Parts: sequence; structure tokens; C-alpha cells
Amino acid sequence: MSTNINDRIALPPKDAQKSNMTCHFCIVGCGYNVYKWDANKEGGRPANQNALGLDFTRQVPPLGITMTKAMTNTITDKVGKRWNIMVIPDKECVVNSGLSSTRGGKMASYMYAHDGIGKDRLKSPRFYRGDQWFDTGWENAMALYAGLTKKILDNDGPSGLFFDCFDHGGAGGGFENTWGTGKLMFSALQTPMVRIHNRPAYNSECHATRDMGVGELNNSYEDAQLSDTIMCIGANPYETQSNYFLNHWVGNLNGSTVDKKKKRFPGEGAAAAKVIFVDPRRSASVAISEQVAGKENVLHLDIEPGSDTALFNTLFTYVVDQGWHDKAFIDKHTKGFSDAVKSNRMSLEDGSKATGISIAKLKQAADWAYKPKASGHRPRTFHAYEKGIIWGNDNYVIQSALVSLVLATQNVGRRGTGVCRLGGHQEGYTRPPYPGDKKIYIDQEIIKGKGLMYTLWGTNPFQTTLNAEQHRLALRKRARIVNDAIANAKGASTEQLIDVIYDACKNKGGLFVAAMNLYPTTISEDCHLMLPAAQPGEINLTSMNGERRLRLSEKFMDAPGSAKADCLIAAEIANELKRMYQRDGKAAMAKRFEGFEWKTEEDAFNDGFRRAGRPGVGPIDSQGGDTGYLATYALLRKAGNNGVQLPIKRVEGDKLIGTEIHYDDGKFDTKDGRAEFKSAPWNGLPKTVEAQKAKHKYWINGGRANEVWQTAYHDQYNSFVRDRIPMAFIEINPDDARQLGVTGGDVVEVFNDFGSTYAMAYPIKSIKPGQTFMLFGYIKGVHGDVVTDWVDRNVVPYYKGTWGSIKRVGSVDEYKATISFKDRRYA
Amino acid sequence: MEDVKVGRRFFLKSTGSVVAAAGATVIPIQSAEAASTSAAVGSTSLPYPQKVIAIVKKMPINEAVGFSYPDSSSPCYAIRMGAPTPGGVGPNGDIVAYSSLCTHMGCPVQYESGTKTFKCSCHFSMFDAEMGGQMVCGQATENLPRIKLGYDAKTDSVHATGVDGLIYGRQSNIL
Repeated sequence: MSTNINDRIALPPKDAQKSNMTCHFCIVGCGYNVYKWDANKEGGRPANQNALGLDFTRQVPPLGITMTKAMTNTITDKVGKRWNIMVIPDKECVVNSGLSSTRGGKMASYMYAHDGIGKDRLKSPRFYRGDQWFDTGWENAMALYAGLTKKILDNDGPSGLFFDCFDHGGAGGGFENTWGTGKLMFSALQTPMVRIHNRPAYNSECHATRDMGVGELNNSYEDAQLSDTIMCIGANPYETQSNYFLNHWVGNLNGSTVDKKKKRFPGEGAAAAKVIFVDPRRSASVAISEQVAGKENVLHLDIEPGSDTALFNTLFTYVVDQGWHDKAFIDKHTKGFSDAVKSNRMSLEDGSKATGISIAKLKQAADWAYKPKASGHRPRTFHAYEKGIIWGNDNYVIQSALVSLVLATQNVGRRGTGVCRLGGHQEGYTRPPYPGDKKIYIDQEIIKGKGLMYTLWGTNPFQTTLNAEQHRLALRKRARIVNDAIANAKGASTEQLIDVIYDACKNKGGLFVAAMNLYPTTISEDCHLMLPAAQPGEINLTSMNGERRLRLSEKFMDAPGSAKADCLIAAEIANELKRMYQRDGKAAMAKRFEGFEWKTEEDAFNDGFRRAGRPGVGPIDSQGGDTGYLATYALLRKAGNNGVQLPIKRVEGDKLIGTEIHYDDGKFDTKDGRAEFKSAPWNGLPKTVEAQKAKHKYWINGGRANEVWQTAYHDQYNSFVRDRIPMAFIEINPDDARQLGVTGGDVVEVFNDFGSTYAMAYPIKSIKPGQTFMLFGYIKGVHGDVVTDWVDRNVVPYYKGTWGSIKRVGSVDEYKATISFKDRRYA
Repeated sequence: MEDVKVGRRFFLKSTGSVVAAAGATVIPIQSAEAASTSAAVGSTSLPYPQKVIAIVKKMPINEAVGFSYPDSSSPCYAIRMGAPTPGGVGPNGDIVAYSSLCTHMGCPVQYESGTKTFKCSCHFSMFDAEMGGQMVCGQATENLPRIKLGYDAKTDSVHATGVDGLIYGRQSNIL
């Protein structure tokens, strides 16, 4: 409906097309069904007259369906035909069982319609000619992009070509697109100057656990239904993995899965799960868990920021001292235990001092998670972690301490256990090996003036990187040198323009910036070329979720304008470079750009994911492993929204058989199959961070809010989100707010030695004095501006650890009049 | 009808709404069931009934008063907030009303007078009664549908005239 009618919607008729869609936002990957039908028609309200099979002549009972206006849209295809669409959660999908989150529930709204929320999508390439954006065609855009790339490659080598590129699944990712971009960057261009969408180098977020032989996604979502205790560390699953929490954790916390546990584990004691949250902040998940499980079954270890390692070492020491570790498992399947016991030793007293947690609570946590059950069985404890560790105080050391504790108690490889990251995006990694031997801190290279051309592929470091203001200012200064050069090149041919740009970059300190994205985004403020990308639904795309569940999201509509899948953009670039080198008679260089003759996303999938590990194929790092070839698009279509859990074991008939959990055979991912304990002595805060803490009063924690996906690239156009969060909020204790003269809706400046940003004050009692929580990665108010430049040994940032000062700037009457400043926690 | 039972049960459980739910302020609707589900010719609005939902002087402050609108299977709450509220009606501009079915999956929300929010115990969405039903946090994709109200000073009555937002579980607000 093109008017603002908001009290009725069109139902899909019985003959509406139906296809599968995995939500392309968070890691959980909920299954949805897409209905598409002629915009001039609608289904009837009787159950036998609509595709949903529900009787809308009367009120549908609670939990009967999730169907809101946000789940509908009217789109127009390439030939001008209009279609209604409805995207609603799939009750048959084992991931979400018909639940929809506030993010996934908006997918239909975010499909392109010329008059819809997505109307600002990029539809054709755009070129910034000095001071204004102009649309251009792919031919022209490719001549410029590939031509400049070639000039740099020929004169300066691949190290002049910088990339910031996604490596994940879902929107702006997927196995097809990580392969397409990876093959271009690593095999064809062979540049090591690459960082990943949310971190300043080409690295993993889970080096330590992998080095220990334990992959970070090692259980199934069902295991959260089977645990005796869940230890949730630095994570807020209600807001960031919503339907994993609601569909799998809640049932265990309220006792609904007790019978299932008894059946699975005969003879073992079984009760409703207890949950331990490790988080300095009282999160929405803590509050809801108390509602569901009762306060007596929720233990909140509100540790001092950055003291996770001390906590795990203390628990490890205590567990071993109590004799609760699994000696037989340790002897048979691990190595390095004795050394870890010595190096990681931390007394209850020292642990209490470092973490701020009382000894009684530390003991209680150990009792819940590791003390043998009354039935004599070892408890099944699931350790779930995310950004509190991933972006915590020394990622490598925290993971080493945590996984050592988990190995000592064999809380991996058994049903109901696992030590897993909860994840942000879905996953979808298939790439040739990275062509470098060290991790390069790309942001610092940009700040230092290195690099000639920077491609931001489905990313936005302006809003999401660390030390973001310094990075943005340096990049802006360099980009504007190129703007001036382009503005002065009046009437230049593409070849001449390339020479002008190259000169500005090579000799005048400039940096040419290109971006592939759905929208112009804030990057367009300092960018020169934008190429329009497509999102799931407009393309076929495969990804896997946090339990390694691979699904195919099916294309059901056209992408806007000439937007393309990222893998096909990569192919355009490679094919253009191949032609250029062929014209130059440089056969060896032309050969590097071969193998991109793809017409569809499926071609890219078959070239990457399905060739990994096959005889005669070069090395490919793929989350599909060497059995990925078994997954065809045809079989994945049949597998629907339940897909298959990677790695695939075999195909039975037309059914893909996958893997529910890892390490149930006791063989870990090390050369000898033994998991390895790691030394991880408590190391305190990094000096850089400590210095900010000494100078500034407030801990400036940063993180997600339920309603906002990633950089708000879609959400910024949606009034449901934007009216609620017009700029990044910062939750602050009311007493601190009073001292600062601040009330809800005031704008404050948050600043330290690294940068300054603004935020909307949101005073809340749940926040401790001296602490804050600021929305991360938002369009207005960039938390990363005040994050220090400190990184761990693998160039993994400590986004969660910065201290700053706050001062009141002013008030926005509109904010105060229209925004709720009530606590986001349920209780 | 099962859905009606659910709605009424939650009226009674709602914080402080016992007296109101007992019936004094719940006026039976008139001919809503007979209304057309389409907008009338010359109007983009659905044919919402006009229905008296409460007498202001009988409304307790900051307690949810249950009523149904636009028909008997659509439970709603009216609240006299006690202080002028954006969009509020009545002599003090403080009376607001909302559908009490969560827009996420239709579970009945409950009014919490301490925070002046509606809370859904199914998936924990919360809506601000003082801010137009804005979702505070939760899994819904829409704010709580707001019941459009009018006030008649002669009779001191508040009446419902329409609904802003799609009520859960309906193709159209008018069945």
C-alpha cells in the first residue's frame, strides 16, 4: 500500500510463490518464508483463501503467527510488474520455530522499493567528481577502478592496494561473496594489505581457542536446552542472538526441557538450568533470565572491566584444588595441563581482589558449573561468550584462560556442553590462504600515509573501527587531496583521470577510496567511487549460523538498478584486469585474473566452497571443509530452512547429513589430536588503557542494542528505529548524570586522549556509578572515536576497554519529547 | 472464543485494574461486528465504531482500565496517567489507550504502574505508555497500536474512534 495506511495489510493468496530465506542479520540465522504475489491481488480472510492457512475472519490467537506491516512490502521488478511480498518466520525451522526478532522481522521492509525504506539504495555506480556525486555506468566505473588498480599494481606492487572487506555470512557476506572477494584480493591481486570489516588487520577473533585445538563453534543450539548450567560471558543474547536465547535457552531456564534431559542422559540428575552471567553490566539478558529462572538460579558476576582472565584462572585453580577436574579426560585427550596449573594459578583471595567478586560468589559459580552433581555425574556446562571476550582485555589471553578451564572440566565434546562464541554476523568463510606472513595493522598504515587505493567492501570503518576519529581524519585529509586533483582534471579521459589520481596518491599523499555497498552510507563523505551491491533475496546466498547450519537464501526479486552480488563485482574487476593485461600482452599477469567466468552466485559457490579440498585444487580455507563439494544448490533448496550442519558427513538420497557437535570422539584440531592447555597468567589492563583510566572518570563500555543491526545501514531509514534512537545513546548512572547536570535526551560529549564523540544521555539505575554503556557503531555518535589504539598480539582490538570524560553539550527538545528513557531491562 | 478469554483473563491480572475490569467502565460495543472491513467510499479510514470506553471521574489514576475495541475480541487498556501525556485526552490531557495484544506475537501485555510501561511476558517486549506505545526494548517491529480517543465534556466520557497501527493477528483492524 503506497499511502500511510497502517491498520490493514494484504494477505498472500493461496497461489503465492513461496521461497526460503535465512535472516541475513545476526548469527542465529532464523528461517523465514517469503511469499510473493501480484500486487493487484490479495488472499481472502477465510483459512482456505490465503497461503498462510489461517482464519482471519476472526482474531488469530496469541502465538498464532507473527505478521506485521514491517513484514510486508510492494516491490517492482525489472519489467515494471509490481508484486506484494510478505516475509514471515518459518514455524518448521528448528532454529527459531516461528519466532521472529525485531531485526529479522523487518526484512521485507528492507527490500528495495522505489518509495520504500530502502529507496536510497545504490542503483548504479557513482563517481565523486571533486565535490559532487554522479551516477555512471559499470563500464566506466570498471575502466577507472581496474585501470587505477593496474597502474598501482604495475608500478608499486600489490602493497599499494588496501582493502577493508567482510569475511562473514549473511548480508554483505556469504560463502559466494567471501570467495569472490578473497579470490580477487589473495589469488589475483595478491595483496596482504587487507583488514576485516570489524578489526584492523587480517586475523581471527579466535586465535587462542583454535591454537588449543578447539574451534569456536563446536556445539548445536540444542545443547543450550540440555545444559545443567550456562555460563554466559561478555554476551547479551536477548538483544544480540535473540531467538537462540528465546527458543533454546529460555526453555532450559524455566525447566521445560527437564524431561528431554532425562531421556538423553538416563540416570543423571536433571533440573532446570542455572545461568551465570559474566558481565560488568546488568544486561537485558540478566534481567530476563531472573524472570524466567528465578533470581535464585541466576548468578551475575559483575566483574571489574577487563578482569575476565583473573576470573577464569581463579575458577581453574579452585576447581583443580577441589579435584573437580576430569583427570581421565585430561590424561587421554589433552596436553599441557600441569604447566597451565602452575602458570594460571590464582588464589580465591587474589581473584576476588582482581575481579571485585566476593569469594563466596566465586565459590558459588564453581559449585554451579563444575561441582559433580548429586547423581555423581560431571555437570554439563555450556560456556557461551562473545564480545566481552572477543573485544575484551587481551583476546588471546582471556580465551586461553577460559578454554583451559573448559578442558579441565571436559565441557566440550559432550551434549549439553560446548565452549562457543555466540557470534555477530552469520559465518561464511571460503577463501584462498592470506598472502602474508604477519598481521598488519592496516588502520595505522592508513594514518601513516601508506597505501594508494583503499577499497571498503561492505564495511564502514568510519563508524566501527577503533581510534576511529584519528583514522577518519587521516583518511579524510588524504581523500580530499584526490578530490582536488579530480576537480582540476576538466574534460580528462578515463586514462588521463587515472594518471591524475595516481599522481595525487603517489606524490601528494592522497588516497583513492572506493566502496561496494548497499547504500551510500557515511563513507560517501570521503569516497570517490561507489559500486552498488545486492543483498539476500536479490541474489542466492549461502551462509552458516552459530551451530554451523548451512542454508541457501533464495533469490526472489531483482536487485535495484544494476546492483550485483559482491562475488560478481569481484568477477567484473578481475575480468576487466584480465582484458587489460591481455591487451598489454602480459600473459603471466593476465593468467592471475583467470577463473572468474561466473554468471551467477552459484558459479562462485561451485568454484570456491565446492572445490575446497578436492584433488588437484590448490589450498582453500573453507568452513565447509573438504566435504563442501557435497552441498549443491539443488540439495540445499531441498534442505530448506533447516539446511545442514557443517561439516557434511554424507548424502543419503537427496538429504545432506551433517555434524551436530565437534570433539565427541575426543579428537581435537591439533596435529596429534590432543587439545592443548595454554599458559595465561593474569596480566592486568594494557598500559595504554590504564593511562586513560587514570585520567578519565568513566568506563565507556560499548555494544549493541536489539533494534539496531550493525551500522544501521538499513535501520537509519526506518522511523521505528530512528525515532527511538536518533543518535547513539549512552546509559549512565543517575547520580553521575546529576553531577554532570544531565537528564535523558541531553547531548553529551564523550572524550579522552584518543578522540571525542557525542551521544544522547540515557540515565538508568541499572548502570553502576563510574560506568556507562554506549551504542556501538551508530550513524551519529561513534563509540570507536574514544576507543584506544591498543591491540593484542594478533592485532585484535580492546573495543570494550576505554575510559573517558563526559560533559553536557546541550539539549534536543525533540529527543526529550518523543523518546522513551525507561530502562531497557525487563526488570 | 479462546482469544477473548485470554484477553479478559489478563484484564483481571493487570496491575490495579480490578475495579475497572469488573465492568463499570467496559461498555459493550455496538455494531462493530457488522461493520465492513473496507474503507467507505470517499474515506481512507476503516469504518471504526465510536464507542464510550470510560467515564473520566471513575478512572483510577495510573491503573489500566480494560475495554475492547473495535470489537469484542480485541482487548485494550485505557490509562489515566495523572499528568498531561503526549496525545492524551480528557480534562487533563492525560488519558491514553492502547491495544493490549503485543504486536510481536499477540500475547497480552500487562501494565506496570511503577514504570508506566506495558510488558509482554512471552518474549519480553516493553512499550512506554507515556510515549505513544513506543517499544522500549523487545522483539516487536511495531509500537503498540494506539486507540484514538475523544473526550466529551458534557458526559465526562472518553470514547474510542479508531486505531493507529495494526492490531496483532488481523489482516485488518475491522474484522
